[in-house]
Amino acid sequence: MIKAKVVKNILQRDIPEKLEGIGELEPFAGAFTKLKKGWMEEETVPPPNKAKMPHSDKTCSDLKEAILRTNPKDGMTVSFHHHLRGGDSLLVQSIQILAELGIKDITLASSSLTSAHDPILPYLKDGTITQIYSSGIRGELGKAIAEGVMPKPAVIHSHGGRVRSVHTGRIKIDLAVIAASASDEEGNCTGSHGKSAFGSMGYASIDAWYAKQVIVVTDHIVDYPCVPRSISQNYVDYVVKVDSIGDPSKIAGGTTRITKAPMDLQIARLAANVIEHSGELKEDFSFQVGAGGASLAVAKYLRKIMRRREIKGSFILGGVTSYGVDMLNEGLFRSIFDVQSFDAAVSTSLMDNPYHIEIPAGLYANPFNCGCMTNKLDIVVLGALEIDTDFNVNVITGSEGYVRGASGGHCDTASGANLTVVVCPSFRGRIPIVKDKVHTIVTPGESIDVLVTERGICVNPKRPELRENLIKAGIAVKDIKELATEVEKITGKAKPIENTDRIVGVVEYRDGSIIDVIRQVKD
Amino acid sequence: MELKIKAQAGSFESSDVLIMVEPQPLGVGRKIELESIVLQQFGEDLLNQINTDLDTFAISDVRVIINDKGALPPTISARLETALKRSAGIQSGTLS
Repeated sequence: MIKAKVVKNILQRDIPEKLEGIGELEPFAGAFTKLKKGWMEEETVPPPNKAKMPHSDKTCSDLKEAILRTNPKDGMTVSFHHHLRGGDSLLVQSIQILAELGIKDITLASSSLTSAHDPILPYLKDGTITQIYSSGIRGELGKAIAEGVMPKPAVIHSHGGRVRSVHTGRIKIDLAVIAASASDEEGNCTGSHGKSAFGSMGYASIDAWYAKQVIVVTDHIVDYPCVPRSISQNYVDYVVKVDSIGDPSKIAGGTTRITKAPMDLQIARLAANVIEHSGELKEDFSFQVGAGGASLAVAKYLRKIMRRREIKGSFILGGVTSYGVDMLNEGLFRSIFDVQSFDAAVSTSLMDNPYHIEIPAGLYANPFNCGCMTNKLDIVVLGALEIDTDFNVNVITGSEGYVRGASGGHCDTASGANLTVVVCPSFRGRIPIVKDKVHTIVTPGESIDVLVTERGICVNPKRPELRENLIKAGIAVKDIKELATEVEKITGKAKPIENTDRIVGVVEYRDGSIIDVIRQVKD
Repeated sequence: MELKIKAQAGSFESSDVLIMVEPQPLGVGRKIELESIVLQQFGEDLLNQINTDLDTFAISDVRVIINDKGALPPTISARLETALKRSAGIQSGTLS
């Protein structure tokens, strides 16, 4: 193999012009360089046109029969959605069936992968699955991929970027296996009710539309018609009733709790104070927070501020927790746009409240349409595994170089929001989080406005007016380089992760350009 | 400092370190057994720090078992000092 020429992208990361298993790569050239043209250069491939005879039966006795009816082949691409979170068992079941049928060289295109998918690890090693497209990879899979078990590099995309990849045909879905908590016999289906209700099915819409074959799998068949429905029958080839689509206690269990960790709460309190005095907290503002650690806790403090100042917001976006639902019910926000629900209470609200609106991933975050919802976002609070002194954020690789995170909607929301707040501790254990250079860039620093840590608040020099607003309110602002130096004095200088030259993954920016690559970790 | 008995200090908690010290006969030297969740990033720093601290207390024959859960340098020094002083009988602790 001739070694492809390597170029530096605008963030000085080495990107090969071509990569075996993917093809030509376009180096990242800035968050809006491609978008400001007003159209997408890449051609859009058409979705398949299918036909069914009147009154034909879509139902199959089990998942294996349905998969056999789709005529699976070597080299196929199979897609899944990750709305069942850690409770999903359908992806593993489907891959096991395909492996038993002797199908090889599968491209797995799941909207995300969690540690619930660890059982497919043997199929990455034996050539059943040879490539992965996903917004996140964790657990054993992330470790194995970083160690180089797969022949082709993994592609990490954002939630919005995944939709673009399907439109352009970079991801060509042959078979979509779509879990639903309720469906009728024609495949009108939803995640909003049934014993395994998981809420929004936002990421699955594009799969239903573009996949050559679509199987809806449910553990709850309802009388025709299924109401409400997220995916309609005209997209669905087969319907399967199974005993279980996963572990209901992990799918529909409980509410997402706000952290009790004192440091996270302190960071959240500081972040809420920053938001209050940023100049962006206005009547009718829109808001998104992550579900983890300090991010969700920001909502708790912001709620108090909104009550005190009698400010009402227009919408909550994104991954939705029951905390967001509480704020909707309290009248603090007029609506919720929900691409993904994080806990059980959310499904009920999605089912019952007309202002709790399910949205597909394309409407949520695809950069190439007439305006995704993230474009209308005022304030977003995001986490980080690492952040560098240019505000570039890593949310995909951990301190050992393993893939252990998710791009998710990070770069989508950061690019759209007027105020992007990153909350994280300045170091975790002895590992510095604020540092000179992050291992992998997922979100470019130009999209980040302010970093809030327990040890200091840093404003991106691109936002001098924000800096002034904070200083006027008596909030101490620190230079991010000073903060990084301070952190290094405390932790010591960490030896960088040792890599080989082999590229085991690429990180796509939402516009399809390559913002960074992930290299194989040395033993 | 003269070490007399086996002693330990610290814990297995995240961001802490558990250090055990055991006196060794004269001339055996230092046997340092290091386990750390940040071995890749800070392994050499940790060994240097332990050796420097042992120099400070003029201890040349000792077995030190370190199980580090990402403790910061001041924590490491404090835990080591406590373990050594417990071993020397200068300070009371869990194993004395």
